[in-house]
Amino acid sequence: MRAFVPDYEMKTPESLNETLQLLARQPGEWKVFAGGTDLMVVFETGKLAHKKYLNINGIKELKEIAVNEEDVMIGAGCTYRQIQENPVIRQEFPMLVDAAKLTGAVAIQNRGTIGGNIANMSPAADSPPALLAYDADIILLSIKGYRVLSYKYFHQAYKQADLRPSEIIMAVRLKRNQGMTHDYYRKVGTRSAQAISKVCLAATASVSRSQRIEWVHLGIGSVAAIPLRAVRTEHFLFQKSLTPEVFNEARKTLLAEITPIDDIRSDAVYRQEVAGNLLTEFLESLKS
Amino acid sequence: MKVEFKLNGQDVSVEAPPMKRLLDVLREELSATGTKEGCGEGECGACSVMMDQVLVNSCLVPISQCSGVDILTVEGLGTTEDLHPIQQSFLECGGAQCGICTPGMLMASLELLNRNPNPNEAQIREGLAGNLCRCTGYMKIFDSVKKAAEVLK
Repeated sequence: MRAFVPDYEMKTPESLNETLQLLARQPGEWKVFAGGTDLMVVFETGKLAHKKYLNINGIKELKEIAVNEEDVMIGAGCTYRQIQENPVIRQEFPMLVDAAKLTGAVAIQNRGTIGGNIANMSPAADSPPALLAYDADIILLSIKGYRVLSYKYFHQAYKQADLRPSEIIMAVRLKRNQGMTHDYYRKVGTRSAQAISKVCLAATASVSRSQRIEWVHLGIGSVAAIPLRAVRTEHFLFQKSLTPEVFNEARKTLLAEITPIDDIRSDAVYRQEVAGNLLTEFLESLKS
Repeated sequence: MKVEFKLNGQDVSVEAPPMKRLLDVLREELSATGTKEGCGEGECGACSVMMDQVLVNSCLVPISQCSGVDILTVEGLGTTEDLHPIQQSFLECGGAQCGICTPGMLMASLELLNRNPNPNEAQIREGLAGNLCRCTGYMKIFDSVKKAAEVLK
């Protein structure tokens, strides 16, 4: 059944500071609302439980991409379109551009924000695997100040994260010059536009001249209750050579590490198989 | 709440609950029924309009985010007597059949051609990937966009 529209409140604060004050005054009373591309879908189906929203879509401080010497800070309110168009992100963080291009289609990419993609806490979201593979930090802001967290610790359980009711996501921070030699992003879905992923793998690695894996980061979506950093598989691959035996063992490690389920988009068995195939494809690509 | 914005170049003012969808405000309050509702969840593109010169799904925009914006719908694109070149191309190439997806297709084509006046086939498909059509099989729509690109050059 559709939502009863007059039940819902939305207020547009004048500034970031006013937003933080309102959130602090009665934590949990208000929730923030940015591009609306996730929330409006839930709203239309009549299942949007929370009723009071602060519209933060116009807040300029959240819409900026700052390129610094050592990092790139992407404001939480930046749209997928802004991410796709930024020359430094295109050059240095191509997996995030891939994720932005594969989220919805043009009209969604014009409105949907990276902060919203994280805050929605879906294990199937497209940008979290890339953020995990780039070992991003997340910056959380409240009236008391900000807090920096490694993004891999942010998601805790299904739709739960280390985000307090008085906080908003302010930005994500990507470290530049990490020395990666390879990156890999692949989303498997029903079609390339609009579809939500069945499995999504983002991976970065540094491979030495002697063909040894110096380090590897694996971010994987739709195979666990949260967007997952596959740390056990990463540890297994640390300092290993690029041999078929290593690849096989890595695949087994990954399949033991993920916990996919059957749902409307796919089933657990298929997801296991595809997750293994994506890992193998990535590892094979390290040889070149 | 009272919300004022521009619709197809004219100032409008509506009284609506803040979460009312732009789509419903256009159709119910402003009698601008050119914009269609398909899926209501951002999947089909039938409700696409331009908001501050950027393509959006009007079913996913709450009216309280529309204060002061500039909305362009199919009614503002052209008139029956004076069609926009994109509309003329859809007419000539058979890009419209039942017509439900057409207003959204026109707006998505406008966004595409604004950004890239000379798109190749792959870019046309990408530009229209958020718009579903159950009649045409898409080929005539792609032809329409190619033709419009030539005319607009």
